[in-house]
Amino acid sequence: MIRATRIAAAAAIVSGLALGAQAVDAQQAFDRSKAPALGPAPALVLPAVKTARLGSGAAVKVVEQRELPLVHITLQLAGGGRLDNDHPGLASFTALMIREGAGTRDANALQSEIAFLGATLSSNASWDNTSITLRVSKRNLEPALDLMADVVLRPSFKSADVERQRDLRLAGLLQAKDQPGAIANRAFETALFPKGHPYHNSLSGDSTSTAALDSASVRSFHTGAYRASRATFTVVGDISETEARTLLDRRFGSNAWRAMGAERTPAPVMATPVRNTERRVILVDKPAAAQSVVIIGTPGIERTTPDYAAIMVMNTILGGSFSSRLNSNLRETKGYTYGAGSGFQFRPLPGAWQASSQVRTNVTDSSLVEFFKEMNTLRDTPVGEDELARAKAYLALGVPGDFESTAQIAGELTSLAAFNLPLSYLAEYVAAVEKVTAADVQRVAQRLIPASNATIVVVGDLSQIRAGIEALNLGPITVIPVAELMK
Amino acid sequence: MPASRILQSLALLAALSQAAESQIRVPVTVDTLPNGLTLIIHEDHSVPVVTTNVWYHVGSGDEKVGRTGFAHLFEHLMFMGSENAPYPQFDRLLEAAGANNNGSTNTDRTNYYESGPASALPLMLWLEADRLGWMLETMDAPKVDLQRDVVKNERRQSYENQPYGLAFENLTKAIYPGGHPYSWSTIGSMADLSAASLEDVKEFFRTYYTPNNATIVVAGAVKADSVRRVARQMFGEIPRGPAIERPKPAAFTLRDTVIVLEDRVQLPRVYLAWHTVPEYSRDDAALDIAAYILSGARNSRLTQALVYDRPLATNANAFNSSKRLDGDFMVMATARPGVHLDTLQAVVDAEMRKLAAAPPTARELEQAKNAIEASFLNSLEFVSAKADRLNNYYYATGTPDYFQKDLDRYLAVTAADVQRVVRQYLLTNRVTLSVVPQGKTELAATRRIAQ
Repeated sequence: MIRATRIAAAAAIVSGLALGAQAVDAQQAFDRSKAPALGPAPALVLPAVKTARLGSGAAVKVVEQRELPLVHITLQLAGGGRLDNDHPGLASFTALMIREGAGTRDANALQSEIAFLGATLSSNASWDNTSITLRVSKRNLEPALDLMADVVLRPSFKSADVERQRDLRLAGLLQAKDQPGAIANRAFETALFPKGHPYHNSLSGDSTSTAALDSASVRSFHTGAYRASRATFTVVGDISETEARTLLDRRFGSNAWRAMGAERTPAPVMATPVRNTERRVILVDKPAAAQSVVIIGTPGIERTTPDYAAIMVMNTILGGSFSSRLNSNLRETKGYTYGAGSGFQFRPLPGAWQASSQVRTNVTDSSLVEFFKEMNTLRDTPVGEDELARAKAYLALGVPGDFESTAQIAGELTSLAAFNLPLSYLAEYVAAVEKVTAADVQRVAQRLIPASNATIVVVGDLSQIRAGIEALNLGPITVIPVAELMK
Repeated sequence: MPASRILQSLALLAALSQAAESQIRVPVTVDTLPNGLTLIIHEDHSVPVVTTNVWYHVGSGDEKVGRTGFAHLFEHLMFMGSENAPYPQFDRLLEAAGANNNGSTNTDRTNYYESGPASALPLMLWLEADRLGWMLETMDAPKVDLQRDVVKNERRQSYENQPYGLAFENLTKAIYPGGHPYSWSTIGSMADLSAASLEDVKEFFRTYYTPNNATIVVAGAVKADSVRRVARQMFGEIPRGPAIERPKPAAFTLRDTVIVLEDRVQLPRVYLAWHTVPEYSRDDAALDIAAYILSGARNSRLTQALVYDRPLATNANAFNSSKRLDGDFMVMATARPGVHLDTLQAVVDAEMRKLAAAPPTARELEQAKNAIEASFLNSLEFVSAKADRLNNYYYATGTPDYFQKDLDRYLAVTAADVQRVVRQYLLTNRVTLSVVPQGKTELAATRRIAQ
């Protein structure tokens, strides 16, 4: 058991740097009644990134980090779930299938050899990218890279393997019907992103689209999306740029990787997120639920907004840290929940802003009142200097700590790259955070935190919570059956 | 093919760069203050972060029947403020320093940790000292009531409102006899949480939250001399507490038990659980390796037999869960639609018998060791993970830098060891728990082990 759920929000976005370390001495005089002063914050020193290009055109970024004899390689391919088009779940399924047999090895041999080398090889698709990640000791890098090259370039996609994984996915979709959190997310996403919007469907598809998966569809996705022109290798660890480039070129540098079939492109965006004119309530019945899952949200904003730092500070105050207003109120003052928070989905197309919690059934309505109270207070009243300073420090000073491991460094590089931002951007970000004022916070809250047009989703035992929610008169109520959401 | 000896190149963790057989070493200094507080320091200047990791040697296994969940409830109370850092300063001051904190409780210990810029270390130590030395007087009934509510919400979220969320609580209750320290869940029952009084809190604190029952690890970009000086300043005047009597559970033999739990789930799941051995005892590592060979990778035996060779289960997992006083080993598998749990159980039984009849292959064993070795090394990238291990090793073995010895006990496991532990522990009496959809008890597993 742990004390605190991790607050899901904003803080995750900042990241770390390798810095000149400085030990901090205690002050000489000691007065217990006062908190010790903080020493000077460590300076932000970003690791050097070297770039190169392979013969195939694939880009390479290398950060040398000699602390441990480990190498971490992430291959990021531009294009993920947004390339699903009329086949929801295809990108994420393809990312799974490349590891189910490749080159001359079936899935078992592949996984056995990976484990045998003490390596891990994973792959998955987000909405806008597909990532294949290898982590291995320096001494086993070469044989592990051979396996990675098979997985990326020569996956087998045998029908029997595709069918087996397809059936497992169908069973997983069935199980998702038991998960109140998954149900609430689906209800929120389908309400916010209408048909014709890329985020309308689930990234992992539904049972109809999953049943239609076959070897041909997966192969076609692979051909159209796993291409050198879309590829960036991020290499972090016990390796030089020259060495990395040489090893990668031998496996991924061939011109043949350019000359695949037709490139896959995303379907045009035919719809925009739904901005309500009034509040709208969606209820899903989960009989005998001990808690209700609550999501309150609205369309968010693009990552490239000049207000990004102000938005991060604002959300940290509202629901992005343990001592944020939502968590302090709903958990620490009222005892309604184990944790409450809020956050923005930053994707190349704007995602959502949402606040959420799982609250005790008999205080579901009271919780909604507290959520709106905190949202309104932030819109209506400037934040105090202490609270503002705390949120800014939390974001800015947390950056170096996110650069401890090779995986973290690679993660920072790849997540910034998704928005075409260089690593040096982080210094600008820290400076921008430090400049945020109370007026900025209020301004972005008024712009982005919904006053009277939020979408509200509640998944819980309607026989116990519905009357209380109706009495709040939040707006029109729609009841959606689980079966309609979790198809 | 020889085992990949990743470790041999890990010299930078230590000084032995030229030695033929390098060892993982995490250099530490260990000091004990006059009041009994142990301070372990590990310097790692690779990034300018520091972590503090405090272990109080008290867990749910130290609770009394009727007062379960107390150690964990108490963990929450430690964030409710102290004399010089009244609520909610603990979290606020750390956030303002760019740091994070949390705590966790298991059967044997409660830990508290802070991580952040090295500049925040004096603050971290001051906060930890203040709640150890100057919290008790500030504790009151409203604080207890509030965190009692929070913990009940945690229980709802992770147990009652989670598919299969009540399985482990029911399993531990069935494996361990009544009154055994591990026979209840760490989170405790709703009734016991309701029963906790302010006086219980105070008594618990006086008994277990003492310098002589605590160990602090400080790891990161700090100078050991400076840490020692600040720690003495902060903690030195806190008085030693009473000696602690720890539970010594009687030996027992698990009775073969078949139980059924109805839950709001789509797919039935079977759990099989055996009584095994404490952590770091002779057969512990071999049982971990057996678990890996059964389900640790895509090509492992249960995963193959249940998920891939035949479409019987959506997943299969085996894990050895050894603790300070005792241990258990569990296998769980979730049925695919239309598959009866008896079928899954029969396949598990067959795989167990195979592993008992013939040792694992050399390659299986080597894969398991390599994977364990790699995950071991990966955790060394983080000072926070190193700090928690240092505390763990210190409590379990008396040696904080037990990394290499810990790894060596895995590398020393033979195929015959694996075969033997399967025979010795995993063919005998067990608990069979079926979790089935409401009203569908006919889907439950029914097989008993032949006596």
